[in-house]
Amino acid sequence: MTTTTATSPVLEASGVTMRFGGLTAVRSVDLTVNSGEIVGLIGPNGAGKTTFFNCLTGLYVPTEGKVSYKGTVLPPKPHLVTSAGIARTFQNIRLFANMTVLENVLVGRHTRTKEGLWSALLRGPGFRKAEAASRERAMELLEFIGLAHKADHLSRNLPYGEQRKLEIARAMASEPGLLLLDEPTAGMNPQETRATEDLVFAIRDRGIAVLVIEHDMRFIFNLSDRVACLVQGEKLVEGTSEVVQGDERVIAAYLGTPFEGAPGAEELAEVEAAEAAEATGTPETAEAPEATETPEAAETPEAAESDAAAEGTTSKEGNAQ
Amino acid sequence: MATTENTAENTAEVTETARGLIALPQTAARALIAVGAVATIASTFMSWTYTADFPGDLTYYGSPAGLQILDLVAGAITLLFALTLFDVRGLRWLNPAGATAPVVLAAASAFAVSWFSAIAIAVDLKGLVALDPGAYVTAIGSLIALVGTLALPSPGDTFKDWVSKPDRIPAAQKLPGWAERLVITAATAVALIVFTYGIGVDPEASETFIGYLLLVIFGTWALQAAGLFDRFATFNARHKGFATSMAFLAAAVFPFVENNEHNANLGVNILVVATVALGLNIVVGLTGLLDLGYVAFLGVGAYAAALVSGSEFSRFSGVQFPFWAAMLTGMAASLVFGVLIGAPTLRLRGDYLAIVTLGFGEIFRITVNNLDGSSGPNITNGPNGISMIPDLDIFGFNLGNSHDIGSITLGRFANYFLLMLIITGIVVIVFNRAADSRIGRSWIAIREDETAATAMGINGFRVKLIAFALGASLAGLAGTVSAHVGYSVNPAPYQFAGSVPPNSAFLLAAVVLGGMGTVNGPILGATLLYLLPEKLGFLKEYQLFAFGIALVILMRFRPEGIIANRRRQLEFHESDDSIDIPEQGLPDSTVGVTKAGA
Repeated sequence: MTTTTATSPVLEASGVTMRFGGLTAVRSVDLTVNSGEIVGLIGPNGAGKTTFFNCLTGLYVPTEGKVSYKGTVLPPKPHLVTSAGIARTFQNIRLFANMTVLENVLVGRHTRTKEGLWSALLRGPGFRKAEAASRERAMELLEFIGLAHKADHLSRNLPYGEQRKLEIARAMASEPGLLLLDEPTAGMNPQETRATEDLVFAIRDRGIAVLVIEHDMRFIFNLSDRVACLVQGEKLVEGTSEVVQGDERVIAAYLGTPFEGAPGAEELAEVEAAEAAEATGTPETAEAPEATETPEAAETPEAAESDAAAEGTTSKEGNAQ
Repeated sequence: MATTENTAENTAEVTETARGLIALPQTAARALIAVGAVATIASTFMSWTYTADFPGDLTYYGSPAGLQILDLVAGAITLLFALTLFDVRGLRWLNPAGATAPVVLAAASAFAVSWFSAIAIAVDLKGLVALDPGAYVTAIGSLIALVGTLALPSPGDTFKDWVSKPDRIPAAQKLPGWAERLVITAATAVALIVFTYGIGVDPEASETFIGYLLLVIFGTWALQAAGLFDRFATFNARHKGFATSMAFLAAAVFPFVENNEHNANLGVNILVVATVALGLNIVVGLTGLLDLGYVAFLGVGAYAAALVSGSEFSRFSGVQFPFWAAMLTGMAASLVFGVLIGAPTLRLRGDYLAIVTLGFGEIFRITVNNLDGSSGPNITNGPNGISMIPDLDIFGFNLGNSHDIGSITLGRFANYFLLMLIITGIVVIVFNRAADSRIGRSWIAIREDETAATAMGINGFRVKLIAFALGASLAGLAGTVSAHVGYSVNPAPYQFAGSVPPNSAFLLAAVVLGGMGTVNGPILGATLLYLLPEKLGFLKEYQLFAFGIALVILMRFRPEGIIANRRRQLEFHESDDSIDIPEQGLPDSTVGVTKAGA
């Protein structure tokens, strides 16, 4: 939306804390997103990523801290946040199921149009013009995400991947300067994930900064200029992909730390053999039999995902829980 | 497209070979149906019973009356559908798929009317001895026709297959625009005749009305199963403006056709209730706010109009506003109340909102009851209400007097009917325009998912308040007219549930039964709900019971309401011209479930 230099911050969240009763879901998180940037937000399940998103978009009122967009502090009301220029998608798709694809995008245009009830009833030339302009803009967006041919379908009847795309188009209809994507590739196959990657780059090329939550590590590290890792409500580390991937705490958060007590002699021997074979690194791979490569390589989505899936059963230190 | 035609042919071949429930050659089956239908038709020209005691006087030879007319129509429909099986030229359109289901349903309509008549005669007049030959002929004829349909190719294994629309109906050839308009005109005329006949049935002749209901239910079902309603809906969508004006024209013709004050009064009341139901549809159907106290807004409008009507029982008896000012007053009063009630309550969602609005509805009635001078200040004259409301005078045209138009005299209620029709028209326009706009989309978005809607930049509270206020003011508008039509207002009818409409439960039922979010739905729902108790006088104190049963049955079998919101499906079909859309019926019915649950 804006053509500022790469350094001007779009979003500045400082000291955002969210408590639910005694539970602190997000603890004093600072995050800055600059214009033209794609920032990734990772963290194990329950780390507070979505809660943080909700704080940014006004769905939750943060207990402490403030969120500002292009220098102005945002009021904690979702519709005001959206009209200020932050749009979002949801982790579990929340389309307007019984509206058509086009209508969904038109709803996204709500903040950029002003026609009220009277002009709707009187149908003056201004109303027609605004409707036509909205439709044109919405169709353009559908074209952009490749759903123009399905404009008149009910959004509930779209396949899963297209529903995700439509949600992005709906968010973009509000002409945001910052787009928050909450797990845009959840449940997608590799091809769809790659397509989403291209889509996010294309969105960035339109001048929209993107903050994206993801579990798919390959996706996030390919995509992001910077990645922040949130664990148990706290920001552990922020930096480029390499920095985050190499950070011991991040690895520990995802894969757990080793037992203090001695593991079985057999396992120990196995780990030692692996260590000897490879370079240095923390022996986190004991539970994942196929992941006997370096810890760096263990960050690949397969291993990360299998670990995330096995999280319940591996209950070691319970760091991720 | 070619492949779909092929599959259509294949299925046609498959069904051709499929056997019916009764092993009979196809030609014999068709002949049976035709013979049965002809016998049914013939029987209506015979005497069915010996005495005129049975409603409708079915004793004459050569002139059908009452139930016989209905049976004649049912027999004719059966015959027509039977002829479609013979591939008679010019009748192909009636049953484009050559399906079994419509024929079965048509025969069922004749069977239902005939047997209902025969049984009713035997029961009413104490014995089979009361039946004249005609009654036997009609019973046997319609039975033969129904048995004949069972020998037709089986559409499927379950009962549902026998009575529902086949999956594939070949696309009919394209008609020129004028022909489509002609079809719309003809259909509107038929609808007007059917409606006028129904409203004109003598309230004492409940038997005739039940026969009428049977015919209408099975007849429309047969037409629906033949796919004709879908075709008609396409025409309607293509000539939307024309269809709407035809519908209004037909409604405007009604008082001229049915020149009877009692029925015109029924018509006015139906229009009032339908208009209020349309207003409620904005709140419930579009925005998804369950308002259980909506009738209070009708009451506010009615009371406001009564207070400024110049009635000597009004607190401001010296004040008599002209009609337009009275209407604006009623609307404004309801609007104010809508905002006052909405502002604190609309922050609630779902069930909480329903309970609070229910409370506010009752508060209105009780307050009006108590503003009688002894319990509180005298404003509304308490339970006695405000009576002797003078008739409206519109630019010198007194609605209370009869007026001659040509050779037809329009009575008081006919005048009000026409006035109310204009108001209904305005409300329909308001509904349509509001629904198809930025604000209407935000209403629907809030109905679908309020959290997502606010995240899209919609100020949920503000938008909901607009819906609430608009709905309230439309109810107030209808209320002003209803106060004048009924001569008086009193607090009694403005309750949550009661046997006499309007009440909140009744209005809500009209919206839900008819079909939420549609224009025709609430109008049809209000018509049915108003007309049925009126004509089925024998129900007496069981009216509410029957109402409840009817609601349960409808919600079980058609949760989306009688008229489902088909606009989207139509767009769906026209846009991609192929049939690869998964399960037409399924999403539709689940829509209804979610809506009904809202």
